[in-house]
Amino acid sequence: MKLSIERGALLKAVAQAQSVVERRNTIPILANVLIEAEGNTVQFRATDLDIEVVDRAPAMVERAGATTVSAMTLNEIVRKLPDGALVTLADDPQTGRLLITAGRSQFSLATLPREDFPVMATSDYAANFAVAAPVLRRLFDKSKFAISTEETRYYLNGVYMHVAESEGAKVLRCVATDGHRLARIDAPLPEGAAGMVGVIVPRKTVGEMRKLLDDDEAMIAVSVSETKIRFATPGVTLTSKVIDGTFPDYTRVIPQGNTRRLEVDAADFARAVDRVQTVSSERSRAVKLSLEEDRLILSVNAPDHGAAEEELAVAYADERLEIGFNAKYLLEIASQVDRENAVFLFNSSGDPTLMREGNDMSAVYVVMPMRV
Amino acid sequence: MPALCRDCLATFDGGARCPACRSPRVTAHPELFDLTIAHMDCDAFFASVEKRDNPALADKPVIIGGGQRGVVSTACYLARIKGVRSAMPMFQALRLCPEAVVVRPRFDAYVAASRAIRAMMDALTPRVEPLSLDEAFMDLAGTQRLHGAPPAVMLAGLVRRMQRELGLTGSIGLSHNKFLAKVASDLDKPRGFSVIGLAETEAFLRPRPVRLIWGIGPATQEGLDAAGIRTFDDLLRWDRHDLALRFGGMGERLWHLARGQDRRRVSPNSPVKGISNETTFHADTADADILDGHIWRMAEKVSSRAKATDKAGRVVALKLKRANHTLISRRHALHQPTQLADTIYRAARALFDQVRDPGPFRLLGVGLGEITGAGDADREGDLLDPDAGRRAQAERAADAIRARFGPDAIVKGRSLR
Repeated sequence: MKLSIERGALLKAVAQAQSVVERRNTIPILANVLIEAEGNTVQFRATDLDIEVVDRAPAMVERAGATTVSAMTLNEIVRKLPDGALVTLADDPQTGRLLITAGRSQFSLATLPREDFPVMATSDYAANFAVAAPVLRRLFDKSKFAISTEETRYYLNGVYMHVAESEGAKVLRCVATDGHRLARIDAPLPEGAAGMVGVIVPRKTVGEMRKLLDDDEAMIAVSVSETKIRFATPGVTLTSKVIDGTFPDYTRVIPQGNTRRLEVDAADFARAVDRVQTVSSERSRAVKLSLEEDRLILSVNAPDHGAAEEELAVAYADERLEIGFNAKYLLEIASQVDRENAVFLFNSSGDPTLMREGNDMSAVYVVMPMRV
Repeated sequence: MPALCRDCLATFDGGARCPACRSPRVTAHPELFDLTIAHMDCDAFFASVEKRDNPALADKPVIIGGGQRGVVSTACYLARIKGVRSAMPMFQALRLCPEAVVVRPRFDAYVAASRAIRAMMDALTPRVEPLSLDEAFMDLAGTQRLHGAPPAVMLAGLVRRMQRELGLTGSIGLSHNKFLAKVASDLDKPRGFSVIGLAETEAFLRPRPVRLIWGIGPATQEGLDAAGIRTFDDLLRWDRHDLALRFGGMGERLWHLARGQDRRRVSPNSPVKGISNETTFHADTADADILDGHIWRMAEKVSSRAKATDKAGRVVALKLKRANHTLISRRHALHQPTQLADTIYRAARALFDQVRDPGPFRLLGVGLGEITGAGDADREGDLLDPDAGRRAQAERAADAIRARFGPDAIVKGRSLR
């Protein structure tokens, strides 16, 4: 194998591949990236056995072939090469090394045989559809903060993507929860997605996939089977196993009968919460909301640290209410609001509270209160 | 040589008997009045409390422990003469000493006695570090002017007062650091008073086995055996760097201990690190229902201790011992600290389900770690478990009933299995 490629194109492809590779690895081949050169394309493939990413880049291929080298080392080398450099990758059958040359720099890396590299089995994708990158970005960006890290509830360690019905129309829906807060985000159902089975997309996949979504113009081809999900752009294909579990029935968690309505400027609210939480204890971070007519008082009282209070002008017309929340959760959901006012719907101080942006039902958040 | 009578607390210069009261209980040592770090260890504490409270037991061998399959918690000195030791399986203890009276532990009584002793120690110095109910370190540096007597005299007075006022005896180890004080208290039990001075430290340790080091785990012990280190003399031959290479962080400590150096301070409020309870079964069991009952019982015990001391914990631990004595332990970090039996049980049960081992097991334990105050506990509900709030209320209500009508007034069905 011998090929030449521009440093920028190489870095982009290798960086994407190496980020999938697990840092702490007991199987040596999994630390490697598989490089395959053919025609006028070079392909980089990396996997952690749960996710596989394949990056393609145009290259001048002198001799077709394939080999594997340490993804991290290759990435580091390419990163440190000067911008605009032409990089040549060539395997040396005599020594079994991969030679990298760029200008006056030369490297030779140990390789492992390509036959040892595990390639993910293909799946029977029952649903194939295309989604614009900004749509997918919104679905996952607004839900991923609520993903649980608790290993005992492994079925919550991802975003549940499925087809649902909202206000009479079918939607593509992403839900994530850790039992303390929940995010439910909807998008219009893309053509071809109606037959999709609901899948739980693992946290790491969400993070890796996010890197494909920065281009506003891009269309992402999504394929879903019962065990796998695949996201593809012209240059990159990311295939991931989905979490083998049942996502709990989240619909009964979303309060229907909350009537006490608070409307507040989300940014003002977030800044005030952030200010008062400065004195809360590291462990609990409890903030108390005291509501009366058109007035909200945020307060923190941490006996060991101190106390803080701030008043906000709000729209509130129901009876007085005192309710506590984890400041971190309030900040997280408030930061999801970007266009209109935040609308909170409360029931009692012990019941889940609902938050949405204005009257927009396509992004709904639920947060559990805290005893204060 | 400076000397002290442990009966009348007279101080004098040398001699086998006290010049004032003629008692032979004399401690003499060149550094007797200069040393300040002490370790007090009660003699057969649980058994002594039982004998004190029930004089009929006074001249009988007494073993504290529970059930046929349990282990010896404490044995009195009469039983120890027959070879009975702490942590020995009960059947073995009864074979060695069939005439022994086995008494179930009464922790309330031990806690009360321990508190009384603690109050006496607190009167000597603010630097008291309890290790358990029946032993503690004390640092009496700088107290001589306050008490008008050197630490040794005050310590002899402490054990005399314990015997007179509480009917309990203890042994004192006095030295220049914690390690040696702890070693010393064990040299001359019961009713002992041993001193290890700075000048004799190395000579004293040299011929002794390294087992003496308190807190050496089985793994380090095996490592020491494998390295051919049996005595402190063996240990002294090792280079500091080699010890660190072979034993990691422990190596550095071993190097210092070999020279009798221990710089740990006596810290009065060493925080509670964990609350745990375990039980050894009457017969090994693999029955999931029975084990589930034990998990609940242990969770409930841990929870009630947490509630009693206003503590909560964020980590739940499960410990299982297989029939062949190998251990399985698992931990789970909760989202928030808890003191609820229900939450502890659920976490421990989930850990149990993850252990894919069919058993049989001989022991099960449940523990709570990363201890915090009760104020931070159980403040957030769980969206996906809306009944959790109701169960917590039921538990608090049951606690209130128990507080009023006794611990057995209300129990869960599953704890009766």
